[in-house]
Amino acid sequence: MTDVISTPVARPTGGSLVDQFEFGLDAPICLTWELTYACNLACVHCLSSSGRRDPRELTTEQCEAVIDELQRMQVFYVNIGGGEPTVRPDFWHLLQYAVDHQVGVKFSTNGIRIDKEKAAFLASTPYVDVQISLDGATAEVNDYVRGPGSYDTAIRALKNLKEAGFKDAKVSVVVTRQNVGQLDDFKRIADEHGATLRLTRLRPSGRGADVWDELHPLPEQQRTIYNWLIANGDNVLTGDSFFHLAPFGESLPGLNLCGAGRVVCLIDPVGDVYACPFAIHETFLAGNVLNEGGFKEVWQESALFTELRSPQTSGACTKCAFFDSCRGGCMAAKFFTGLPLDGPDPECVQGHGEAALAGDRNRPQPSQDHSRAALPKRAQPVMVQLSLTRPDITAPPVSACAASPLAGFQP
Amino acid sequence: MRDEEWRLSPAVALRPEPFGAMAYHFGNRKLTFLKRPELVRVVQYLQDSETVRQALSQAGVPESQWPAYIGALRSLAATDMIRPSEGQDQ
Ligand code: SF4
Ligand code: SF4
Repeated sequence: MTDVISTPVARPTGGSLVDQFEFGLDAPICLTWELTYACNLACVHCLSSSGRRDPRELTTEQCEAVIDELQRMQVFYVNIGGGEPTVRPDFWHLLQYAVDHQVGVKFSTNGIRIDKEKAAFLASTPYVDVQISLDGATAEVNDYVRGPGSYDTAIRALKNLKEAGFKDAKVSVVVTRQNVGQLDDFKRIADEHGATLRLTRLRPSGRGADVWDELHPLPEQQRTIYNWLIANGDNVLTGDSFFHLAPFGESLPGLNLCGAGRVVCLIDPVGDVYACPFAIHETFLAGNVLNEGGFKEVWQESALFTELRSPQTSGACTKCAFFDSCRGGCMAAKFFTGLPLDGPDPECVQGHGEAALAGDRNRPQPSQDHSRAALPKRAQPVMVQLSLTRPDITAPPVSACAASPLAGFQP
Repeated sequence: MRDEEWRLSPAVALRPEPFGAMAYHFGNRKLTFLKRPELVRVVQYLQDSETVRQALSQAGVPESQWPAYIGALRSLAATDMIRPSEGQDQ
């Protein structure tokens, strides 16, 4: 344990990949591109507050130009998302265009457009990977946050893909307080469909900021996640989401580094480039692909990304014995919960996050919101349903976090 | 391996990076990092060399380090980043 910041001040020769990545790369490794803010669903934890299309969204030609540039930069694959990317009428064209230009595609969908015909098309297209979002292994738990009918839509898409002979789709799960007990069931669902399970962390981004307090896993559940990940090892993907759990024991496979602006970034539907898909906020806006220098200049020269690639101070965390594997956790999680960026993660397994969350903090105002003002009632997630099944609020709290201000209060 | 002819797999693209290069295999979608510029040179020289030995010496790798580089090449071979040239047995 040392007070010295372990981040080197200049790019070393050789050394670990993490040391190299801290100084950035000539092109991103993990580029997410959200094609539209439009979505047929209205998940309560949507990281991009999607719903309505933005009239400034990139045109087909502008999207093709972005793909041409990615090809020149040798960005070998992009993660396409949204909103719901498949509701863009030119989605299938852009998919084909990217693949034809040596840019492989992995796209995330709620499954709405994956009918038998599209499943067959996908199965016959190389370099395409499909990721179906599912946040509950039962309709009850899933639809609670993703909305009525969304479980059936996702399962039907997985079934269509399997029947079409599509190999190795991904079942993408955001781990929440409500579904953490279903990890084995998710694995079974993935296995049954010849798919791979991918678990990611719930971040308080977009609409997720409003429900994070209720959905994020409790401290004791964090350990459950960690143990499960260790037990399942390489058979489950995590997109390096859970490196903040490394202090529980051995490091999880992956980079153990916040890649924002270093190896990760986001192009949003209007062409704005953010440091990370979970950091859609003007604070992390580096530029726009329509600017003269295009995406390349934003990636390689923007002031924000240059700063993110320079040595960071990590405040209290540098004194922590686990700093090497955890590095203070997720920048976006800290930012949107109103915690200092140079302090511990809100879910710090040492408990420093809870203390910080209990103190004074200012949650930032969102800088964009494409949520639909009103959805027909039947299409809205109904978070109140599950809450009825939760224990009586007058019961004694089971943990510090479950303490309700109304505990013990009898009207 | 030393005396065999090896090539970059046709499905692999190399992207130069400040630390060396990134290799991406479009077929199995594996991403590998070549962490030393010398190793990148060796892999590039493979294209025009009849033997791995030749590529190593052309890239200026001192003979004492050959075993380490051969080890690195073997791990690249394990994920099909490089493969034995046609007509040659492994
Ligand atoms: S901000 Fe969080 S989600 Fe984004 S790259 Fe960093 S650790 Fe990952
Ligand atoms: S104190 Fe910081 S580095 Fe240590 S475990 Fe908590 S968040 Fe991670």
